[in-house]
Amino acid sequence: MAHGAGGRLSDQLITGLFRQCFDDVELARGHDGAVLALEHEGTNPGKLAFTTDSYVVNPLFFPGGDIGSLAVFGTANDLAMCGARPLFLSVAFILEEGLEMAILARVVQSMAAAAKQASIRIVTGDTKVVERGHGDGIFISTSGCGLVPDDRQVGPENIAPGDAILVNGDIGRHGIAVMASRQGLSFETPLESDCAPLVDAVEALFDAELSVHCMRDMTRGGLASTVVEIAERAGMDAELEEADIPVSDSVRGACEILGFDPLYVANEGRFALYVPETDTEAALAILRKHHPQARRVGKVLGLGKGRVGMRSLIGGIRPVDMLVGDQLPRIC
Amino acid sequence: MKFVDEFRAADKAQDYADAIAAKTTRDWSIMEVCGGQTHAIVKYGIDALLPDAITLIHGPGCPVCVTAADIIDTAIAIVAMPGVIFCSFGDMARVPSTHGSLLEAKAAGGDLRLVYSPIEALQIARENPQKEVVFFAVGFETTAPATAMAAYRAKQEGLKNFSMLVSHVLVPPAIEALMRTPACRVDGFLAAGHVCTIMGWHEYQPLADQYGVPIIVTGFEPVDILQGIYMCVSQLEEGRTALENQYSRVVRPQGNVAAQEMVWRVFEVAAQEWRGIGVIPKSGLQLREAFEDFDAERRFTISHRPTSDNGACISGEILQGLKKPMDCPAFGKRCTPMSPLGATMVSSEGACAAYYQFRRDDDVDERQN
Repeated sequence: MAHGAGGRLSDQLITGLFRQCFDDVELARGHDGAVLALEHEGTNPGKLAFTTDSYVVNPLFFPGGDIGSLAVFGTANDLAMCGARPLFLSVAFILEEGLEMAILARVVQSMAAAAKQASIRIVTGDTKVVERGHGDGIFISTSGCGLVPDDRQVGPENIAPGDAILVNGDIGRHGIAVMASRQGLSFETPLESDCAPLVDAVEALFDAELSVHCMRDMTRGGLASTVVEIAERAGMDAELEEADIPVSDSVRGACEILGFDPLYVANEGRFALYVPETDTEAALAILRKHHPQARRVGKVLGLGKGRVGMRSLIGGIRPVDMLVGDQLPRIC
Repeated sequence: MKFVDEFRAADKAQDYADAIAAKTTRDWSIMEVCGGQTHAIVKYGIDALLPDAITLIHGPGCPVCVTAADIIDTAIAIVAMPGVIFCSFGDMARVPSTHGSLLEAKAAGGDLRLVYSPIEALQIARENPQKEVVFFAVGFETTAPATAMAAYRAKQEGLKNFSMLVSHVLVPPAIEALMRTPACRVDGFLAAGHVCTIMGWHEYQPLADQYGVPIIVTGFEPVDILQGIYMCVSQLEEGRTALENQYSRVVRPQGNVAAQEMVWRVFEVAAQEWRGIGVIPKSGLQLREAFEDFDAERRFTISHRPTSDNGACISGEILQGLKKPMDCPAFGKRCTPMSPLGATMVSSEGACAAYYQFRRDDDVDERQN
């Protein structure tokens, strides 16, 4: 299970097996989606962004979303993170025998609504049914493509020393909302996933002609894993400020009770943004139109081994790394 | 007031660090007993705020770390049995034993469920009457009341398919065993705040008296721990050896009486093996005769294969505070959270895991490469 958690073991599997065997220069870039230059008979129509993802969330419906909206927003967001305008989505369903038609209908309707919101078209798909006991109700696999305007270069290789690291809102909502829903835990303040499309915020950043160096949505593994992965790909060290990382009281309370660290909890409507320090205020002004909790949380230091440190609340810097697998709640 | 923020305030932390430095005139070694306290010390860099004369020694208060290898082997044997649903806390599931871990047994087809409390396991038993449901009951006095409650309810309801594999441990006998160890250099203790929330602090007075050590019942936030250290150092400098309560916002002298009553209704004290340390008399809990039907070791016939612990692992010496993780030749090299040799690298309350996550520096990475 740990190999699917978005931490070190996932990273090892991808780097050690998949990348080695598939041996593709674009795959080796290791970003959220592939950005492929298209050439046809001497003309250059631009760059295609191409991404894929699978959704296995349990429960299928959770506060703030469902497996359908998650699938559409998640894939559209991965395209946006490459600097692409999302265009088309394919959807493959693996359905478990015995699934109620009404549940499937709810999911599909949710996907239709999400696609409109994310400005992406669902243009092709596939359906398979597996025997009872061989699936978790519904698995959804998607592929998405979009167009990256020529003047956009977004990825870890573009990060520069001194870049500011921003987030577009408070962290940890999705993971805690899903877990609370799965475990039947309820809190005084209901927790909702932050599942949402990011394309509007991203396009606004480009429209304002800001220098967007890198973006990544902070899904499995959370803010910490995202920043570490980017630091390692870029070969640059980075530093976070614990006091500046926005976490809502409800998420903080839930994490305290369960012994989780919000830094590692999954988000589905939050991304890390790397811009030159001089663009920080302008970027925050744009992000805050969509979410008031957008914050500058750290900075890129300079060339290094891809180490990330965090200045803690009481001072002193401690290392931040990916976890091995999933976070497990503490015992006593 | 938000209790968490006040006790993480940087200025208060520095005030206590300064006060400790002002008080300290000679070398002192202080042991924090609880793994949660170890985690906080390493995570927040509290030891770095203290004068060099103060040495913090990490104690055996990590329940996952001290659970004996042979009971984990028993757990793994039970999880592999057909018709069994085995319920465990998540942290326990990763610990390597003689024949792999519970998570590996799950990957091999065993029905392992990760639960947050024994009451969840009870619910699973009610919902699956045709299966045998077993709960792995580990932990200190903090978790024992919930386990006791599960057994009590199971008996009341006449549940026939629920049992527990019990490995609860008690703190005061462990402290006593440490004080009797010739190599022990501990001058004062920070007692585990949550254990004392349940049990009160009366058991610690005899220890303070007999061994002449200050014992401070301490919380888990950085300012709690610094305040506890300040209280301990003050006593040591003034030649006092008393029991004091730093965690007064949570801990009452008598503890949680209802919880204690439930524990003693269901359990009685017994000898217990602590992984890496050995058998400590009267340091564990076993089910009373009236509840022995719920003992998984009686319910299942396990053929005991020989248990062995990894020879390279020095968890035992770390848990007794005799060595630090960096003293281990395997630390950060052969032994990492991805490939742990022992329990202290697995558990979130284990000293090795804490040092690996929060103290890794170029030195460790050199050794890795």
